[in-house]
Amino acid sequence: MSIISPGFGGRRRSSAPDLPPGQYLTHDFPVLSAGPTPRIPLERWSFTITDETGARTSWSWDELNALPQEDFTVDIHCVTKWSKLGTTWRGVSLDTLFENVESTADFTMVHSYGGYTTNVPLEDLLDGKAWIAHTFDGEPLHPEHGGPARLVVPALYFWKSAKWVNGIEMLQQDEPGFWEEAGYHMYGDPWREQRYQGD
Amino acid sequence: MTEARWETPSARTLVLDVPQWPGHLPGQHIDVRLTAPDGYSAQRSYSIASAWRDGGTVELTIQRVADGEVSSYLTDVLEPGQQLELRGPVGGWFVWRGAPAPVLLVAGGSGVVPLMAMIRARGDARGRQPFRLIYSVRAPQDTLYATELARRVRDDPGLDVHLAYTRKTPDDWLEPPGRIGVATLNTHGWPPDFAPDVFVCGPTSFVEATADILVALGHDASRIRTERFGGTA
Repeated sequence: MSIISPGFGGRRRSSAPDLPPGQYLTHDFPVLSAGPTPRIPLERWSFTITDETGARTSWSWDELNALPQEDFTVDIHCVTKWSKLGTTWRGVSLDTLFENVESTADFTMVHSYGGYTTNVPLEDLLDGKAWIAHTFDGEPLHPEHGGPARLVVPALYFWKSAKWVNGIEMLQQDEPGFWEEAGYHMYGDPWREQRYQGD
Repeated sequence: MTEARWETPSARTLVLDVPQWPGHLPGQHIDVRLTAPDGYSAQRSYSIASAWRDGGTVELTIQRVADGEVSSYLTDVLEPGQQLELRGPVGGWFVWRGAPAPVLLVAGGSGVVPLMAMIRARGDARGRQPFRLIYSVRAPQDTLYATELARRVRDDPGLDVHLAYTRKTPDDWLEPPGRIGVATLNTHGWPPDFAPDVFVCGPTSFVEATADILVALGHDASRIRTERFGGTA
């Protein structure tokens, strides 16, 4: 039962009808990070998938860019309640990166430069649902927003779309990442408003 | 809400008596949801300004922002005696848990609110951790908690506060107005060798610039915790 606030009208600026519960529309691109922004030189950048046996598959920056690239347009929803619709990105589908990875694990931990981690089930990374993106709105992704490259998993709250991504580790069991340890939801579906533990 | 007071002409502290509040750590925030009579609702997160004492109240300091549908209601419409729908406390990262390390707090504007909760918690616990606050404000009249900060500094040798004015300084101020830069953080912060825990809170551009400088000065990036607000593109 919600408490009615007398005299509250609100702005109702969401002319866009389809926002997840509790979200509002923004046209800016706000930033949420836990610490300083890491700066990663492209010649030292790499991305590694580690399976549950410890076997590693890595790509350098040039190797990533030599893979098939996809342009995609998605809506993004931040747990701090802003949503941004129709954002345009370019990057590599995780289907491409996982093509030659053999694994029976169902869970992953995504790792970033700077030490950030977040957990995402493998099925939410595959079948055209996630990318390693290096271009936003036609420009190289700014470090503030996760450049050189970030994960983009638009179906989940945006903290799952790890900035400065440098690897994915396959796990047999689900484990909490950085924000999940700090009280945020293990899965984070914006349409079910899974913001915090217990939602 | 049991009472409210103005901290500046555009920032109001709400004192909330929350039944079954479990207590909170300094730096945590709370979600406020407003619902209009026709069912339209909007929610936003606000940092808690107060330190927790058993059986006590919870204080939020709300800065009115242009075009802020929730903040302007909380600053200008909400009256004592009215109820609010809250969720919290939230957050387990941008919190000070009373570790023995020295602490450097760097605030931009209303980013001082969660840092004030840390200062108050340390004061309540008679903590001995040396605290330094570097607080960037536009002008003297925009300073939140000015009187309380001055009193705490006077009474507590373990707390230093340095105010940095970006637009207008007090008349007798020696430095010209300007943004916090390398010199300010180097002079008024802790040396990196002291391995302080650092908390930076403010608008995104402020936090980005400050955190970059601290890393460049040699602070360990993993000891710098940031909280950002505002819609900087």
